[in-house]
Amino acid sequence: MNEKIDALLRQVQRPARYVGGEYNQIVKDKSQVDVRVAFCFPDTYEIGMSNLGMKILYGIMNDMPGVWCERVFAPWGDMAEKLRAERIPLWALESGDGLGDFDVIAVSIGYEMAYTTVLDMLDLGGIPLRAADRPGLAHMVMAGGGCMCNIEPMADFFDLCFLGEGEDVDREVLELYQTAKRENWDKPRFLRAAARIEGVYVPSLYDVAYNADGTVASVTAKDGAPSRVRKRIVEDFDGCYYPTAPVVPSTEIVHDRVSLEVFRGCIRGCRFCQAGHTNRPVRSRRPETLLRLGKETLENTGYQELNLSSLSTSDYRDLSALCDGLLDYCRPRGVSLSLPSLRADNFSMDIMQRVQQVRKSGLTFAPEAGTQRLRDVINKNVTEEDLLNSCRVAFAGGWNGVKLYFMLGLPTETDEDVLGIAELAKKVWWTWKQHAANKARGVRITVSTSEFIPKPHTPFQWEAQVSREEYLRRVHLLADALARTKAVTYNWHDAEMSYVEAALSRGDRRMSAVIEHVWRQGGRLESWSEYFSLDRWLAAFPACGLDMDFYATRERPLDELLPWEHMDCAVSRRHLERERARAYEGVLTPDCRAGCSGCGASSLLREGVCRG
Amino acid sequence: MDKLRLKFAKTGRAVYISHLDLMRTMQRVFSRAGVPLKYSEGFNPHAKISIILPLTVGTASQCEYMDFALADDRDLGPLPAALNPYMPEGIRALEAYQAPCKGAELRWLRLAGLMKGGRDAAYYTDFFAQSSIMVRHRAKRGVRTDDIAPSIKLARFTDTAGGVEAELILHAQEPTVSPELMMAALGDDAPAWFRFTRLEAYKEDMTPFR
Repeated sequence: MNEKIDALLRQVQRPARYVGGEYNQIVKDKSQVDVRVAFCFPDTYEIGMSNLGMKILYGIMNDMPGVWCERVFAPWGDMAEKLRAERIPLWALESGDGLGDFDVIAVSIGYEMAYTTVLDMLDLGGIPLRAADRPGLAHMVMAGGGCMCNIEPMADFFDLCFLGEGEDVDREVLELYQTAKRENWDKPRFLRAAARIEGVYVPSLYDVAYNADGTVASVTAKDGAPSRVRKRIVEDFDGCYYPTAPVVPSTEIVHDRVSLEVFRGCIRGCRFCQAGHTNRPVRSRRPETLLRLGKETLENTGYQELNLSSLSTSDYRDLSALCDGLLDYCRPRGVSLSLPSLRADNFSMDIMQRVQQVRKSGLTFAPEAGTQRLRDVINKNVTEEDLLNSCRVAFAGGWNGVKLYFMLGLPTETDEDVLGIAELAKKVWWTWKQHAANKARGVRITVSTSEFIPKPHTPFQWEAQVSREEYLRRVHLLADALARTKAVTYNWHDAEMSYVEAALSRGDRRMSAVIEHVWRQGGRLESWSEYFSLDRWLAAFPACGLDMDFYATRERPLDELLPWEHMDCAVSRRHLERERARAYEGVLTPDCRAGCSGCGASSLLREGVCRG
Repeated sequence: MDKLRLKFAKTGRAVYISHLDLMRTMQRVFSRAGVPLKYSEGFNPHAKISIILPLTVGTASQCEYMDFALADDRDLGPLPAALNPYMPEGIRALEAYQAPCKGAELRWLRLAGLMKGGRDAAYYTDFFAQSSIMVRHRAKRGVRTDDIAPSIKLARFTDTAGGVEAELILHAQEPTVSPELMMAALGDDAPAWFRFTRLEAYKEDMTPFR
């Protein structure tokens, strides 16, 4: 660290997050490297270092001969201001070199509110924002992550995007880049060749035309790019790369633990859930594999906590045996095991009891809707009986807190459904009164609501989001109904961010101008309430000739060409339409194990059969 | 094995690791090295480690001390070499031994420093030669004003091409005087940039602290 940078570091909060040097970081000899990748995560170090996807791809890219991948995170406001004032380019942690020294700028985006941060990081690194302003092969900006299933709003900024899982396609594209650099290709030649790799989307190779009413008229592929980009998956998930020696941060991060991914995809077909639809089909790791990977990672990191992660961990077939095996290893070593997102059923409660024998602080359930009718509409296969049973077991077993998560503004929701949330919370409280092991300690029941955001590639992709005013009316309706029950605390998320997220998630590429406008007005790190401002977005849309409600609160007719239909996530439009119709009929669709609903995802597997 | 002491260095990029983060990091180092720390009993077991004199973020050190206890018995000689492959960049175990005295007996520290963008060596020498140097600082109970002159045993400054070099011997515990506090005492004449390194620790009578 030179003195100029040292002086900066002494003036900012938590400087350890800006310096690198952590255990297990990868440092290579620059003279032995032909492609340098700056892996940018558009959020703080504490968030980005908690991201499993980043650990996986960091490992995979650094395993490639001739490639050196380094990490870059978004600086907090105090640091960003100083970098700009001192004209110091944003640097990568391993080498301390500025973004301008890198061949490839790789960006991982998991949520829409990170879009302005991506622009901010490019700008802090001295990289031109728009792909059209980067004529050469250097500074190729590539993006991947969950948002790629509709990345149209960021189309003007990215040279190429990866649809689906990155393990294989990242490697193939970097190998192509190595060739391109060695043979002095120009940028158009590289992009045309990359577009032929399955899973690669080159936005500049698609022309979008619009109708007079603002909807998309056509999307035309050119220069040999595929008319629809098909997402990539890792078929053999059991044998797939897992980072057993990840970088261990020297400063505290959000999820400071080993995160063991037990399976990908989800057998449940919750109709509001994007991840549940875009990550199909389900592929699991064997318990033996997980045990081995878990032990190895604990040994290589020294972590004291191991988390079993997936979209719905209680659906892992061998969960019971896996937990027993892991507990045998973890208990004597003082390592704790944690399970996220459990379903409210007896089986899960049994596991919870075995796993969390010491600390019984709180349990979290997500019924998502207050009445059975609405839970059937969204295909959340949880009954009131399941939930109350789980609470009974928990309270009898000594737990004294339950958190309940719900969405407001779901399709077909009525006031009765809203009030149903209060009813359910009261029943949970009643269950505690009847079954609590120790009533003297009291109980904390927390109800949280957030606003439903319709997402691409889900059966609800055509739905309107309810207005902010309507969401708040429902919030107050619920708050009044809960006011009389003292044991229940009600928290609601502000609807302002949900409104922006709704517009961004179903946007088209004209929205690039809006995002840039918001960034120029100071928008960055907008998933943080400290930095979010709705007013900036409300001003930016009209300034760019667009209407925010057109994207957020408009119901799309089924015959409309949606801006993301050239992204093929393997679940067919026919399936989504069918699921939407069933939602309106209030008909449940069984999970993948109970019966295949023919969503189309099995076509990604060589044998064409999901094993769930 | 109880009442053990590890002497270690913290330099380079590791100077930005805060005290709390360093405690967490050290636990993980022991865990990775397969050296089991002793844990406290009770509901919320925590490793029995404590760092004698927490460093200010940004200050380097060749003489940090951590007291710890192990769950097993072992030869302490090879312990530093066993721990070092598992350290983050900039932290290096130097020596492990049975603690011969309490950590509270560490009273003086010798430091070297480099200062830039302020006054020259003669000015600093005169300033710290005063018989009384009053400085306002934030203490545990509010803001207070203290005379730090009695806590400065040595303050030698030399002009060099790279800035003013400093050699200090400061009282480290009860009362504590840090180089930062000395710089604060300079007020508007404080250097724009400075970096100090702890070199050696002593007891009250200036015999080496171990």
